[in-house]
Amino acid sequence: MTPREILTVILLVLLIICAISVNIITDLLQSVITFMAYSFIMAVVWILMESPDLGITEAAVGAGVSGILFLMTLKKIRKEDEHDPADEIEERKPENLAKAPGGEKDG
Amino acid sequence: MRELFRKWMEGDQDPMESILDISMQADQSRDERKQITHEKRRMLSADPGSQERVEQDRRWFRKIYLAVAVISCISLSLVLLYTVSLMPRYGAENPRTTEVVSRYVEEGIEETGAVNIVSGMILDYRAFDTLGESHVLFTALVCVMILLRIDKKNQRTGYEDYYTIRSDSYFDLSRDPILPAMGRALIPCILLYGIYILLNGQNSPGGGFSGGAVIGAGMILFSAAFGMQFADRFLTLKLCNIVTFVSLAFYSFAKGYVFFMGANGLENHIPKGTPGAILSGGMILPLDIAVGCVVSVTMFGFYSLFRRGSIGMDVDYGRFASGGRKGKLTASSLKDSGKAKGTASFSKDPCKAKGTAFFSKDSGKAKAAGRKG
Repeated sequence: MTPREILTVILLVLLIICAISVNIITDLLQSVITFMAYSFIMAVVWILMESPDLGITEAAVGAGVSGILFLMTLKKIRKEDEHDPADEIEERKPENLAKAPGGEKDG
Repeated sequence: MRELFRKWMEGDQDPMESILDISMQADQSRDERKQITHEKRRMLSADPGSQERVEQDRRWFRKIYLAVAVISCISLSLVLLYTVSLMPRYGAENPRTTEVVSRYVEEGIEETGAVNIVSGMILDYRAFDTLGESHVLFTALVCVMILLRIDKKNQRTGYEDYYTIRSDSYFDLSRDPILPAMGRALIPCILLYGIYILLNGQNSPGGGFSGGAVIGAGMILFSAAFGMQFADRFLTLKLCNIVTFVSLAFYSFAKGYVFFMGANGLENHIPKGTPGAILSGGMILPLDIAVGCVVSVTMFGFYSLFRRGSIGMDVDYGRFASGGRKGKLTASSLKDSGKAKGTASFSKDPCKAKGTAFFSKDSGKAKAAGRKG
């Protein structure tokens, strides 16, 4: 086996491991990072398959932009988990807003 | 009919109003809802058989669910494997695979003028595919905009406005010591590399999609490292619309011209240029630029819409004072922003406010007091 073939086999095995672990991992942050690693390995595999343009796109879109979008969504979800939506509904009622020490009466 | 449509567009009338039964869940207070849930639980626990029945139903549901999932998974795999088996063998002497491929490889450079035969294929022989892909991206951007954009029409209260701005400051990493320092070094290189890939697509691997994606990623890094205020200076919603529309329209017209001339056997006046030079490949370079513009604007638009619900300065940003100044949302500014019923003053700097308190520390105290009382 040439070194190139060995590298290809190692990368493909890593690719399969990443693809399965994305589904298995319960922590969403770890899952997203594994997904980005998957995209990165895929980019190298594209280059080994002699299509570097796909490799560039995969690295930019798969490992970069989509990962960022996932992470941002995750951050937003976490932030909204921090408070109870029921509390928010309570807070948004006019009478409760007026009750707050910093609140002002309408008009 | 038009009147109705206009009313619907402006939000005066909801066509589902008389059809759907919409009940306001939020009208029940929290204690009432807790009471109802408690009642339901008590009724369930009072009946000894009910628990078992519910558990049995669940068990059945799980079994059926698992069976359906496994069956559909296996059947889908079988269908896909069967489709793969229909494909011609790799490298076999098959006219379906060899004729087109040999034509592309042997006469591609002469016919398209592009050394990179992949670019020649996707932007010359199969340019309508690429046009469709650009439109898919454009449609995706429009859908994200419909779902996530916050503007004067759908921004309901100053509360939500405030929430958006706060969530934007939540993503702001410009005070982080590492990211801006790395950004200063990396962003010029990334953008330059993206422009190189974009402009040299007919000679080297790359082209519109790759270059646009790299440029978009560079712009995202830029606005993550230095804050959205800097990004607002070069990309507004209007510019985004203009760039996308002009690129897609130019693509359609240019490629339409080429196909029309070719189909009718007329002479094509676009020079091919010498293969290998930067100005070669006929229409490939301008089309690459058009596709790259659409892709980079779409990438950055996704990021911007995900981050704060607008591209450019849609939300009145200065009202809440980003940075060190004190932002104060008063009753008058709340009235401006629509159907604001309650009023509150956000005396706390939104960038500094952390934790679970939404308005300020004051309202957090009020919440605690309300729970006690």
